[in-house]
Amino acid sequence: MDFNFTEEQDMVRDGLSRMVREQYDWESRRKAIESDAGWNPEVWAQLAELGILGMPFSEKDGGFGGGAIDSMVIMEEFGKGLVIEPFVPTVVCAGGFLKHAGSDAQKEEHLSAIIAGKRVFAFAYAEPQGRYDYADLATTAKKDGDAYTLNGHKAVVIGAPWASHLVVTARTSGGERDRDGVSVFIVDKGADGVVTRDYETVDGRRASEVYFENVSVPADALIGEEGKALPLIELVTDEAIAAQCAEACGAMKVAHTMTVEYSRQRKQFGVPIGQFQVLQHRMVDMYTAYEQSVSLTYLATLKLDAGEAERKRAVSAAKVGVGQAARLMGQEAVQIHGGNGVTDEYAIGHYFKRLTIFDHEFGNVDHHMKRHVKLG
Amino acid sequence: MNLEFTPEEIAFRDEVRTFIEENHPKHLGDFGMREDMSPEDMVAWHKVLGEKGWSVPAWPEQYGGTGWTPTQRYIWSEENARANTFMPLPFGVSMVGPVIYTFGNEEQKAQHLPGIRSGETWWCQGYSEPGAGSDLASLKTTAVRDGDHYVINGQKTWTTLAQHADWGFFLCRTDPDAAKPQEGISFILLDMKTPGVEVKPIKLLDGGYEVNETWLTDVRVPAENLVGEENKGWTYAKFLLAHERSGIAGVARSKRGVEKLREIAGSEMLYGEPLMDDFDFARKVSQLEIDLAALEITELRTLAGEQAGKGPGPESSILKIKGTEVQQRLTELTLEAVGSYGTPYYGNITGEAGVGADQRARIAGGNATNQYPIGPDYAQHSAATYFNMRKTSIYGGSNEIQRNIITKMILGL
Repeated sequence: MDFNFTEEQDMVRDGLSRMVREQYDWESRRKAIESDAGWNPEVWAQLAELGILGMPFSEKDGGFGGGAIDSMVIMEEFGKGLVIEPFVPTVVCAGGFLKHAGSDAQKEEHLSAIIAGKRVFAFAYAEPQGRYDYADLATTAKKDGDAYTLNGHKAVVIGAPWASHLVVTARTSGGERDRDGVSVFIVDKGADGVVTRDYETVDGRRASEVYFENVSVPADALIGEEGKALPLIELVTDEAIAAQCAEACGAMKVAHTMTVEYSRQRKQFGVPIGQFQVLQHRMVDMYTAYEQSVSLTYLATLKLDAGEAERKRAVSAAKVGVGQAARLMGQEAVQIHGGNGVTDEYAIGHYFKRLTIFDHEFGNVDHHMKRHVKLG
Repeated sequence: MNLEFTPEEIAFRDEVRTFIEENHPKHLGDFGMREDMSPEDMVAWHKVLGEKGWSVPAWPEQYGGTGWTPTQRYIWSEENARANTFMPLPFGVSMVGPVIYTFGNEEQKAQHLPGIRSGETWWCQGYSEPGAGSDLASLKTTAVRDGDHYVINGQKTWTTLAQHADWGFFLCRTDPDAAKPQEGISFILLDMKTPGVEVKPIKLLDGGYEVNETWLTDVRVPAENLVGEENKGWTYAKFLLAHERSGIAGVARSKRGVEKLREIAGSEMLYGEPLMDDFDFARKVSQLEIDLAALEITELRTLAGEQAGKGPGPESSILKIKGTEVQQRLTELTLEAVGSYGTPYYGNITGEAGVGADQRARIAGGNATNQYPIGPDYAQHSAATYFNMRKTSIYGGSNEIQRNIITKMILGL
């Protein structure tokens, strides 16, 4: 049993922390979010240069030999600075599908481009009717000779406006919610018939509704085995959940520190409000919730390589526990900030928004509570 | 970073598991704490461990500690929870022992440490008073120096199992004029057979007698029973409380308790299906397991910090708060699970099969032991345990006091 990070992981944390602190300051972030593109591609290039985008890939795949623990370290720092860049869709999700099930040709084509920061992916899995069920797919892919034809509508595809490529889940056989018959494809966003409607998200990112209208992709766009992709999707999304739990921990840490600091400065009734026991104990409960979230994030991350049931149980435990903590932290931080907490000007409200939306990706608290219960 | 045991740790686990199987007194079964346990039963496992040299694993090796790593100590408590052993009481092993070897003189170490290790000497704690609970430093019991003795007068309360105790450690006011209440307190060891010591039981909600009022009237204690310096007792008391908190999470016991809860909810029926298959109930069990999983890793992180040389710090207050919340929730859900059979008062004789059967027969209105028992066996302790466990968020520095500690030490407010 060992809770130490390697020297390399400590270095990654320090380097990233410095970069976020020095170059991802609040004004730069706001400027990027409010720009037409909604992000700053130079930041992405810089992350590639620092080696961040290659951390969780094996050396054989052109990466730096890290794994989920490295992604955890990286995402925690991203969370602290509310970094909007699409590390999870591109590196954890697309990268995850490729490293677990990609053919040599697919890896060669896409992985080195991902690691070099030259190709951005989005992961199109959700559908308007499907909520958090990855198998509830109305999007279809019909085999047609050497190609598949995709039709359907994918909902709230995070980072799609910035992406050149999509990883798309679609039904190749079976009924709408069957476990069998689910497949995963890589689709060039520029392909004929791909229609997107782009928009801002409440937490400062960009997303798209993506429509596939008779989009033809070659047979080698299929990742893994046709119709057997659900366990793979569950694995990759579990990895994404662990990474986003780390992001939430980073955001919670900062939200908590900001709140304690604010309570030290803000005076009412002639004293700093941090002197009031009724607020002190609430800030202690926020702190405890944060520490418990860090523990659950470690648990989820360290169990990603365990057997399927053990992995799912740990990941769902984390998504429930961190989801509950994120909600508590966000709401309480705003409350203790008083009126300033509900202004756009103060940073705390933006942490609140990100911590709120954390619950809406890859299954919310109720969804994962159900999965935890089902696993017995 | 990993959660795996090394081959050496697995070998250690097998060794202690075998030792427990072969040496845990058979007549104690696997019941853990029971309201009707005899004092001999409560120290039986302690005495076995004393002979083996495993009764005080966390102590420095020079005083009889095992030198185990925190991971080994974690394995040790896991294995004991698995076998549901009745572990050594904390008053000697985790409370006064560390104070004596840290602040006591050589004579005190020689006189007291062997009895704590072996389980021969039963210790009790004289801290709280009727007027001094969370505000412990306001205590009024006085110790006045009179030649070679201190003369102690006052009243202590919540003195756990003092009815069996040979010795007690008491906080007494030695300087009533000190600038701050914390500064005039001393830490004194007291032979409970000294004239003037009177122990009166307090009956608790669950019907059991585990705590007492301790009245001290002109009790003459040799001056050499003072630990450390006069008027420095508060420092030792705080040191002791931090030690008390670090083991207080009770993770291994709670894990076993959740298993038991799943068994109970698996045999209780609701609308013709096992209660455990009811989503509303199962969701509550899952929430408990998730909170417990988080707590377990938090405790392991604290242990790892200790291994790296950090003493039990203010983080142990988190373990106390979350640990007791989990313990209380567990007993609450267990009582909920047994349904109607949580209602009967089973009395405090619910332990050994024969006695329990008598008791059950008596409640049933019969006078023979071959009557049907009332309700399932597992229901008998559920209400009593739930009532009893409300103490956990109150003792050892209430959970509100723990929040004050975190406010000061971690938030810096």
